[in-house]
Amino acid sequence: MIPAPFDYVRAGSAGEAIAALAEHGDDAKLLAGGMSLLPLMKLRLATPTVLVDVGRVRELSYVRDAGDHLAVGALTRHRDLETSDVLAAHCAPLRTVASEVGDNQVRHRGTIGGSVSHGDPASDLPALLLALDATFVVRGPGGERTVAAAEFFRGFLETALEPDELMTEIRVPKSRGAGFSYQKFQRRAQDWAIVGAMAVRNGDTRVALVNMGSTPLRAVAVEEALAGGASMTEAAERAGEGTDPSGDINATPEYREHLARVLVRRALEAASA
Amino acid sequence: MGGSVRIGTTVNRQAHEHDVEPRLLLVQYLREVVGLTGTKIGCDTSSCGACTVLVDGESVKSCTMLAAQADGSEITTIEGLAQGDELHPVQAAFHESHALQCGFCTAGMVMATVSLLDEIRSPTERDVRLGLEGNLCRCTGYHNIVKAVLAAAGTGR
Repeated sequence: MIPAPFDYVRAGSAGEAIAALAEHGDDAKLLAGGMSLLPLMKLRLATPTVLVDVGRVRELSYVRDAGDHLAVGALTRHRDLETSDVLAAHCAPLRTVASEVGDNQVRHRGTIGGSVSHGDPASDLPALLLALDATFVVRGPGGERTVAAAEFFRGFLETALEPDELMTEIRVPKSRGAGFSYQKFQRRAQDWAIVGAMAVRNGDTRVALVNMGSTPLRAVAVEEALAGGASMTEAAERAGEGTDPSGDINATPEYREHLARVLVRRALEAASA
Repeated sequence: MGGSVRIGTTVNRQAHEHDVEPRLLLVQYLREVVGLTGTKIGCDTSSCGACTVLVDGESVKSCTMLAAQADGSEITTIEGLAQGDELHPVQAAFHESHALQCGFCTAGMVMATVSLLDEIRSPTERDVRLGLEGNLCRCTGYHNIVKAVLAAAGTGR
């Protein structure tokens, strides 16, 4: 399978990438690791006429301790997240979830900013960043702005990122010592989650769902039930509330809701152990 | 639209320069432009891992990477592992452990293993099974492949 023809522009810096996007307009698409975009282009579900390759913009690959939060460059690869000492010390959940993305080959190429910008509800990292209340830094011709994760994911593969903007950084609050579990249900180890549930316990409890609607979701009803004193088992029963899962070859919507209840309970229990 | 881009690569220690179409995939570049057909196209959807090669020492699925993205990189394919008649230790271990039947996944399995053992020198069986999750074999049930990888790492005896 071969993508439709396109022009290829390699950006050497974030500034060059933004200039190229401004020049080529809506027909241009950013290429980072290509782990989401290239399969879509091979299936001709995406046919951008210009690809702006930011894969070599090394200035956007880092994990830094920024005092009250961690700053992660948007072009940091999953492999670099799963082996990061800074994450091990200050945000182990991000390290763990990065290690659950795809397989080794995918993690050698794929980037956190690429995954977030793609906005796939079946992706692992967006749900975690939602649960952690991360902030995304995006840069366009008019300068830089920040978007809260809760405001970022708008619809299926649709985000708050404008066509002429590049995500540059992900800011993650430190979560040292947080109880955490990610329960990912899949048929083959390398697959997307059919449903995923994660729980972060650090004083309060946050619960996020993968592939339970057109965007990554917080399981608000579960969080409220726990805050109101419900047991983990009782709270997990509400995991389907506010979700809108699709049906496909892997699962019906009803089965996905069942999985969400089971996986949320397991995630809560494991995060509390 | 389309045009061509000039790329320079080093494939199995040999330098190459070519003008390629931007949409040319790395696996097509290796098989059809450079002429090395040891790298296989299996699923063509980045699921099966048959097309795994090393780019700058790390395993990647060459069906899901553009040749243009590999510009300036050092690429190693299955043809680049043996030293003359002497098999690479991973190839020898696959041979010894009978870690293949039809052989279609083997080039990808071996390349993924070389990368894995570079990252985890003394893997456990679990490390091996997880580390090769991106490579599918439809013949062996994986048992002998895992045995071969552990043998190559010197931890399986």
